[in-house]
Amino acid sequence: MAKPHDLRRYPGFLAITILCLVILYAPLMVVAVYSFNASASITIWEGFSLRWYADVFTGPESAKYRDAAWNSFIIAITAATSASIIATLAATAVLRSGKFRLRTVSIGLISLPLMVPEIVTAVATLIFFNALAFERGILTILLAHIAFCIPFAYMPISARMQGIEASYEQAAMDLYATKRMAFTRILMPLMMPGIVSGFILAFIISLDDFIITNFVKGAGVETLPTAIFGAVKQGIKPNIMAISTLLLLVSIVMVALSWLIGRKDQKT
Amino acid sequence: MPQDREIAIDVRDAVKRYGTFAALKRISLTIRDNEFFTLLGPSGCGKTTLLRMIAGFEDVTEGAIYLYGEALDTLPPYKRPVNTVFQNYALFPHMNVLENVGFGLEMLGKSKAEARARAGEALEMVQLSQFASRKPSQLSGGQQQRVALARALAPRPRVLLLDEPLSALDLKLRKSMQVELKHLQRETGITFIFVTHDQEEALTMSDRIAVMSEGELQQLGEAREIYERPRNVFVADFIGDTNLMEVTVDKVSGGRAQCHLGGGHSLTCDAVDGVEAGARVHMSLRPERLFLSAQPAEPGSLPGTVRETIYIGTDIATIVDLEDGPQFTVRSSNSTRGNARVFEPGQNVAVNMETGAARLLAD
Amino acid sequence: MAGGAAPGGSVQSETYREARLWLLLPAWVTLGLLTLAPLMIMLVYSFLTKEFRGGVIWEFSLGAYDQFFFDRGLFGDDAPKIEWTYIGIFWRSIWQAGVATILSLLIGFPTAYFIATRPQRQRALWVFLVTIPYWVNLLIRTVSMKFLLRDEGPLNDGLMALGVISEPLGIVNTNLAVQLGLFYSYLPFMVLPIYAAVERYNFALSEAAADLYAPRWTVLRRVLLPAVKPGIVAGCILVFVPSLGSFLAPDLLGGAKNFMIGSLIEEQFKGNAGNWPFGAAASMILLSMVLILLIFSARQSQKGGA
Repeated sequence: MAKPHDLRRYPGFLAITILCLVILYAPLMVVAVYSFNASASITIWEGFSLRWYADVFTGPESAKYRDAAWNSFIIAITAATSASIIATLAATAVLRSGKFRLRTVSIGLISLPLMVPEIVTAVATLIFFNALAFERGILTILLAHIAFCIPFAYMPISARMQGIEASYEQAAMDLYATKRMAFTRILMPLMMPGIVSGFILAFIISLDDFIITNFVKGAGVETLPTAIFGAVKQGIKPNIMAISTLLLLVSIVMVALSWLIGRKDQKT
Repeated sequence: MPQDREIAIDVRDAVKRYGTFAALKRISLTIRDNEFFTLLGPSGCGKTTLLRMIAGFEDVTEGAIYLYGEALDTLPPYKRPVNTVFQNYALFPHMNVLENVGFGLEMLGKSKAEARARAGEALEMVQLSQFASRKPSQLSGGQQQRVALARALAPRPRVLLLDEPLSALDLKLRKSMQVELKHLQRETGITFIFVTHDQEEALTMSDRIAVMSEGELQQLGEAREIYERPRNVFVADFIGDTNLMEVTVDKVSGGRAQCHLGGGHSLTCDAVDGVEAGARVHMSLRPERLFLSAQPAEPGSLPGTVRETIYIGTDIATIVDLEDGPQFTVRSSNSTRGNARVFEPGQNVAVNMETGAARLLAD
Repeated sequence: MAGGAAPGGSVQSETYREARLWLLLPAWVTLGLLTLAPLMIMLVYSFLTKEFRGGVIWEFSLGAYDQFFFDRGLFGDDAPKIEWTYIGIFWRSIWQAGVATILSLLIGFPTAYFIATRPQRQRALWVFLVTIPYWVNLLIRTVSMKFLLRDEGPLNDGLMALGVISEPLGIVNTNLAVQLGLFYSYLPFMVLPIYAAVERYNFALSEAAADLYAPRWTVLRRVLLPAVKPGIVAGCILVFVPSLGSFLAPDLLGGAKNFMIGSLIEEQFKGNAGNWPFGAAASMILLSMVLILLIFSARQSQKGGA
């Protein structure tokens, strides 16, 4: 493939690309491998074992992690669903309701959580709930997550919607579909790949979040990241590596899913 | 063609403005029932805007549009008995062909069975029955185009709007679709309003043509009328090839005008209303209505020199420089029966014209 | 914006004009109430008086900003003296984020370029490979980095076994560890916008330059780099901004000595020892820095795009 005078090729770029991938994957691989270590020490390899996975599900800390995982899951599902719905509606207004004065402002507001550093959002949200004397707990985490998930859900949804020409909904209306019908029967199905990607992205972002959750969670309420962070502060233990590997797997499955959806979508 | 036929579309003083820009500057025209009517013009002339106003995708800034006597006003597109074939077809990619074609019927509240049956009929009409369960992406461009046609015809609209539906097809397919469209129109008896920028397409298919430019109606008439008796410079230039040049009028009498070109060549033209001796006006001469002969020039012909001979296949075009005058293009049929001689560059020739070939034009 | 990250895009139709208000209301309410309003209240809090058990007393005060910038108060009898502690922490944060950005650029540009010049069908897979780690929990990635880098960790073990080094490098709890952590956290952000820019690049320009006698690396420097500069700028912003306010990497990899803004802010809200107005003020200063940077880069890309 490489022609001697191929202008596109620069020597060394392949090596750096491989280095890049090694850097990206090595730490994750190492943790995944060590999660199968039979030893209670994280340093010495004593052979393959599923002991730490068993520990995660049945060990002394299993109840704590189960609760945390459940909280994380419920929050992520709810936040991603709400954010996807809000983002779909907003994208429809921004892209399919003509030009209007507050359009730029609306786009700015939607992208605001992307521009503000996470720690600042965390502080602001904490102060906000405090000023309102809103008791911190799972609800405060959920509210905060919905807000910062909106732009992540919005990006793929709006990208997808931009690819849908006006003639589709016009054709539907020309064929006697009301605006509502044109939305549910034509626009929604066409946007579905974007909505699914947006949902998955928002889901992972919510599942991933540590900083904001750490600020707005009430005492005793933990999500997986805050539980893991608390444990890591005491030192990295093998069961943490097992949990990490499981979470890694969840992420990879979700990404693969969204990638496959995107690819299938490109084909049709 | 009976003139007392029912009027399908009546556009009265329609104006469309986007902000300060006027896309349509007060257009009035009527389209008859069961007519193949074409809106022809270059891009940006307002033809698509007018079509979209009839469909209901654009509101009318001023004036009104009537559909079989009823004002359309702000009636939304889904309440107008008018269907559109979109330029890019706009076939719903997530539905198969049959579902696409049946969509309008379903939205009109027909039962699933009836919608399917009538969609099937429409597909049969465009000879695509065997593709009913395919997705639009699995069809060729020409097939997609026919599905779009079937989809728009299935609800049996009173008027069918076609927005440059053939522009994405290659030349061969386009020609055969032109014939098929014309045939479908006659068979269904539905009024077709066809938008195109392709003058040849317009001439081929239309009962009547409205030529538009810069938001204004330039001329409305049958194909032959528009081609042979263009009213103004724009129409003469836009429809077909022509030799367009300025002449000075010497004398007007009985609908004929005696004029002269640069170089002092004089010729007789069909006059235009209101032209007087001494005026400088434009004149159009269709190249196929000219023919060449060897010099010396007979009376009434124009002497010149061949600059270039161009082989076009069906025709041969010869570019002639008149002595001290303008350049003419002359076209002759490339046929063995014709006695048209082919001249070489540099040869002296005489340009002759058929009676009535030269026409004066309004600006 | 370059990299295609900015939500926006052109208006497709006017179909849902009448429903506009109702479509936007949920987003306005949610984001207005949970993002914009909190930022406003945070601004207010930064001008309040601290309460010692955490929280605030509703009394106007410039104390937080005073404490941030000055050692001897602005309002005392003596001439004010600049307090370097917090400015120093900010400066270190900028430095750390800057080094991480440069590292990311050095690795990210060749990677992005390499991927963008693969045959069309392979590109999606390469991009996918680079993006996967981004989707993995940041906390887990940072912990993994710590696990790998620590003195008894696989990296040091491996290097010692190979005889490259005789004793552990002692990377953890140094600036370098934080830089590596930040670099590792945000590297995909560098690759993606540059990739997008190179993919759009018209290689006929390179050919034209080469045809006009430019050698390979000159083509890169004089033609390709200027053409993909918006992508590079976007990548740098996407790495620098989150690095600047990051909390996990400095906290887990840096230890107490390598404090960054994130940790400074976090500390103000932990337990009873905190100082909420001071934390709010530090957040405001960080936010202002980031916004200035974003506005500046938006201006730049607008100029470049015209």
